[in-house]
Amino acid sequence: MLRRGEFATDDIDGLCVSSFTLFPDTGVALAEHLGLGLRWLDNIPMGGASGIVSLRRAARAVQAGDADVVACIAGDTNHIDSFRRLLSSFSRFAIDASYPYGYGGPNANFALLTKRYMQEFGATREDFAKICISQRSNALRNPNAIMKKPLTLQQYLSARPVADPIALYDCVMPVAGSEAFLVMRKDEAQKRQLSFACIDSTIERHNAYPQDSIQLRGGWAMDIDDLYTMADCTPENIDLLQTYDDYPVISMLQLEDLGFCAKGQAPDFLRNNELTIDGSFPHNTSGGQLSAGQAGAAGGFLGLVEAIRQVTGQAGTTQVKDAQKAMVSGFGMINYDRGVCSGAAIISSGGQ
Amino acid sequence: MTDPITPPPRKNPQVKTRSPSAPPDNRSRAALGLTTAAAEGRFMLQQCVACDALQYPPRDACNKCLCVGLQWQDISPHGTLLADTQVQTSPNIYFRERTPWRTGTVQLDAGPVIICHIHGDCVENGKVSLLNRLDRAGQGVMIAIPQEATPNMQADQQLRELGSDPQHRRVLLTDARAASTPAIVQSLMKAGASHVFIGESESWRPYENHSMLQALDNVSLISLDITDTRSVKKCCAEICGKTDILINNASFVRPGGVIDRGDTTFAKVEMETNYFGLMRLAQAFAPVMSGRTADGVNSATAWVNLLPVHAMASMPEFSGFHASAAAANALHKSLRAQLRSCGIRVMAVYSGPTEDRWYESLPPPKVSHDALANAVVHGLRDGLDHRRF
Repeated sequence: MLRRGEFATDDIDGLCVSSFTLFPDTGVALAEHLGLGLRWLDNIPMGGASGIVSLRRAARAVQAGDADVVACIAGDTNHIDSFRRLLSSFSRFAIDASYPYGYGGPNANFALLTKRYMQEFGATREDFAKICISQRSNALRNPNAIMKKPLTLQQYLSARPVADPIALYDCVMPVAGSEAFLVMRKDEAQKRQLSFACIDSTIERHNAYPQDSIQLRGGWAMDIDDLYTMADCTPENIDLLQTYDDYPVISMLQLEDLGFCAKGQAPDFLRNNELTIDGSFPHNTSGGQLSAGQAGAAGGFLGLVEAIRQVTGQAGTTQVKDAQKAMVSGFGMINYDRGVCSGAAIISSGGQ
Repeated sequence: MTDPITPPPRKNPQVKTRSPSAPPDNRSRAALGLTTAAAEGRFMLQQCVACDALQYPPRDACNKCLCVGLQWQDISPHGTLLADTQVQTSPNIYFRERTPWRTGTVQLDAGPVIICHIHGDCVENGKVSLLNRLDRAGQGVMIAIPQEATPNMQADQQLRELGSDPQHRRVLLTDARAASTPAIVQSLMKAGASHVFIGESESWRPYENHSMLQALDNVSLISLDITDTRSVKKCCAEICGKTDILINNASFVRPGGVIDRGDTTFAKVEMETNYFGLMRLAQAFAPVMSGRTADGVNSATAWVNLLPVHAMASMPEFSGFHASAAAANALHKSLRAQLRSCGIRVMAVYSGPTEDRWYESLPPPKVSHDALANAVVHGLRDGLDHRRF
């Protein structure tokens, strides 16, 4: 990334880091490790929301003049037993109140949520399958995706149960990987003759709707009007959507809460749309985490980095035709029984 | 309804015994309140002293008003099962060996939403009651059960894991001569214990209940003198592999102690029986029992010490006995801590003076042996740390 933009290490004066497995290091240690001299440094421990939140923090830092070029990076890896250890010490509420109960990790939490969603809104496993199968078909065009074979409805429905109604293909695969992007002023990007995306609007919300007994909506629903107003656009203007897809039901919640359909209407919306790269509603064009893999906190960057590639015309084999405006959303941190952090951004092509 | 448990077949000595494993036992300091409540069989949650808001998961400050005064209160355990799932795979060894494991979300009528274990007879959107029980790691956890009793409810695998039900289990009761023995044996048999071994010291010496105990089906007398290390070791060698529950009811009681005995002879026997006796049993049986906590339907599961409530505060009339009981109680507590993580519940039943000849000088009411026996069985079923009465 730096090489392509002809950046020297010294040009990077801001760093924003997200990682579960960096411990015991922090961004501080990473700065020394990588030999970076920084005047602005942040850690974003927000899992699937860290991409959007990093973008917001970095943009404000650049806007305020605290930094000129901020590298937002996320990465995680896996060792033997590291996933179990991450789950078992994820948060205090998780340690006290969810992991002692079957130790299903997020699979069990999202199974409960998925089941409730199916009961409330009549969604079927075929509806969830549509998300997974479309994303697999997108992933087949992404050489970096971990899943390389097509997924059929039959395979999806007959897959090994994990925690009903969730089965194997509803779950993301923990992988090692990283994602990154740079945040700078427009004139800096133009000076360097870089293709760039502009931030039209962003939102962020934590611990929304604590009174809901089971999470069937996320914090986006509180702020979505602001998101469209700031960007001066409507859902119809969005060329592609990248949702946070740790489980297909969460993508459904986002379709609703981000204004593409009403609450409970996501199953219908899916039945009437094609979510593939060339379809009527391009969604998670890189294959998403469900087919490209979930690299820990980098999973929270996956959609944002793909969206930047799309609106800058650099998506290559997954490129959506005439992609000018993209929406990206993030969702993270199952502290007890629900995802606490949510965020979204609308970005558009900046030219070059 | 729950399928009844099939009595386990004879153990195949060629098959490896499953190694003990425990559910996650790490907890925050605040969450230990749940464990404390479970140890007494109570369903409690934190409540804010300023605004009455109920809290769950356990917190350090109120999520409504930020007050730090959160007190554990008994709360109505009724609620509705909102959603449930069968976990088929888990990275934790304990659950991995026991899948599928049913877990779900319960909305309490009192407000909080609780992720908990789910009894097999609970139905989605149905009314449930929560029990707060100690799990095999010795930590308080909640399980939802149907509000109306269902057939064979106790046989549910997940509920059985959260207690030490004597059904289909083999019990060692350490003292055939103790006045409480007939009542305890009867209660255990009624609760479905498959066999009761009763320790008998000095077999040549006659005692009142000998022929009655000997005539009982599925009961056998076995030579055991807990004041004799060799005898304890010999008994252990014979039956430790099939001792699923050990109930130590042996005790030596004589009135007096500090100034009215004239010498320390009785005090020595009291210590030898009540304190060293427990230590000998622990040294012999505890290591084997702790290796058998995952051994199927009749796994090793509990250790019960019958102690006088005066182990906690002695009275002059029995000060010698109570001093030895206090020593035994201290040993009991460390045994409980030591066996906690391997899945053996170490329960104390603290009782007031019972209806037997050594307490005849004390005024009524006294504890009947039937009540004591019931307390033992119920405490085992509910997996308590202690019962007091």
